[in-house]
Amino acid sequence: MAQRTCIPYGPQHPVLPEPIHFDLLLEDEKIVDAVPSIGYIHRGLEMLTRDHDFMSMAYVAERICGICSFIHGMGYCQAVEGLMGVEVPERALWLRTIWSELSRLQSHTLWLGLLADAMGFESLFMHSWRVRELILDVFEETTGGRIIFNVCTPGGVRRDIDAQTLGRIAGLLPRFRREIDAVAGVFLHDASVKARLAGIGSLSREEAHAWGCVGPMARASGLSFDMRQTGYAAYGRLGVEPVVETGCDSMARVAVRVRELYQSLDLIGRCIKEIPAGDVLVKVAGSPPAGEFYARLEQPRGEVVYYVQGNGTKFLERFRVRTPTFANIPSMIHLIKGSRLSDVALLVLTIDPCISCTER
Amino acid sequence: MGETIPIDVVELLPRVKDLRDRGYRLVQIHCVQPSHWELNYSFDKDYGLVTLKIVTPARPDLPSVSDFFPSAFLYENEIHELFGIEVSGMSIDYKGHLYEGRQAEPFVKKPPEAAPAEGASGGGR
Repeated sequence: MAQRTCIPYGPQHPVLPEPIHFDLLLEDEKIVDAVPSIGYIHRGLEMLTRDHDFMSMAYVAERICGICSFIHGMGYCQAVEGLMGVEVPERALWLRTIWSELSRLQSHTLWLGLLADAMGFESLFMHSWRVRELILDVFEETTGGRIIFNVCTPGGVRRDIDAQTLGRIAGLLPRFRREIDAVAGVFLHDASVKARLAGIGSLSREEAHAWGCVGPMARASGLSFDMRQTGYAAYGRLGVEPVVETGCDSMARVAVRVRELYQSLDLIGRCIKEIPAGDVLVKVAGSPPAGEFYARLEQPRGEVVYYVQGNGTKFLERFRVRTPTFANIPSMIHLIKGSRLSDVALLVLTIDPCISCTER
Repeated sequence: MGETIPIDVVELLPRVKDLRDRGYRLVQIHCVQPSHWELNYSFDKDYGLVTLKIVTPARPDLPSVSDFFPSAFLYENEIHELFGIEVSGMSIDYKGHLYEGRQAEPFVKKPPEAAPAEGASGGGR
């Protein structure tokens, strides 16, 4: 009979990028049960609505996470604007779309680097993060920040991007494409990467649906949904087709994210060509009325939900965020059960976990 | 923003089962406590959001929906730990140790503390 062993895994572990702990129950090398624990960085940011008015909560929302920061700020603003019936200027919506897609680029290249690092492929890790630095340079030039930007505010955006800068970004896109080509080719075709990822962590379409998967996790299992198709910001004018793979394994999750890099480059290029002239901010007068609003956006990790409830004062009654990692943790447990101990790190990484977002 | 359907606690499980059978996925569960208690269960199908809303004057006890949506246990543990709502039958019960917060039920609004009665002895020097 196989020997049963319980192994504590994380929160400090060489290949875990964020603080999550697992109690892994093993029979020899095979994992028969896994119970995750979080709570190492729970900050209760949602309750700061009791101390901060709805305008300054935009700063708090952006600080939920250092990777998804822009889209957190944008999602919060969209929810407040929906609650208050604010009409955001058209140009601001296009600028938000450009920064959203830049966020997807930097997040996916960050994740690709972490995955390469977990596989022991150090040079691929460094090349992926070198590409990411180029994207962060664009953020710095257009917002002044590389991690936290504070450009989104209820009513629009605080900064415009002038035509000259937009032209310069358009000129950089071919270079970004060449740089991404170089790393994408290795991720998609290298024999050692395939050996480590193909057939590992299989999640069928039905399982992904039943476990409530979102984002690249769901799309790599053949589920075709992407919140950008709901048409928020400028996506309604651009038209976005979800990037779907049917491999259902870790390799398929890599393929979805790599293909989304090219999709983001295309969307940014189109935004720069089609962005209309005009104002970027309208003044938001009054306080959020009694009522509630759900805003759903597509973060790099998948669908994110922002719920706001107003009470007629300048302090929201409730602000609640359901992050994509929160939705993907249950399926991650499902993946880990039945896997080998040596694959746990990769399986955790393939959901692209962001525990900082999850714990808020 | 989607459709919101007000329901009673006793309707929760049949309604959730019906949505599961019709191909919806669980999007989120959360609690709001203005002066009463609100529980919102949101589901999605083809980008249509449906929210089942339970409104009660007192803190409700709830049955778990994890038999129909296995991912519900995280949301249910969260509302138990942050709002003190008892959820029976969760597939994984962290027994209040999901976030390991220092404070019990940190998101519950506490009534303002009553002023000390005249003549009551103070605790300080």
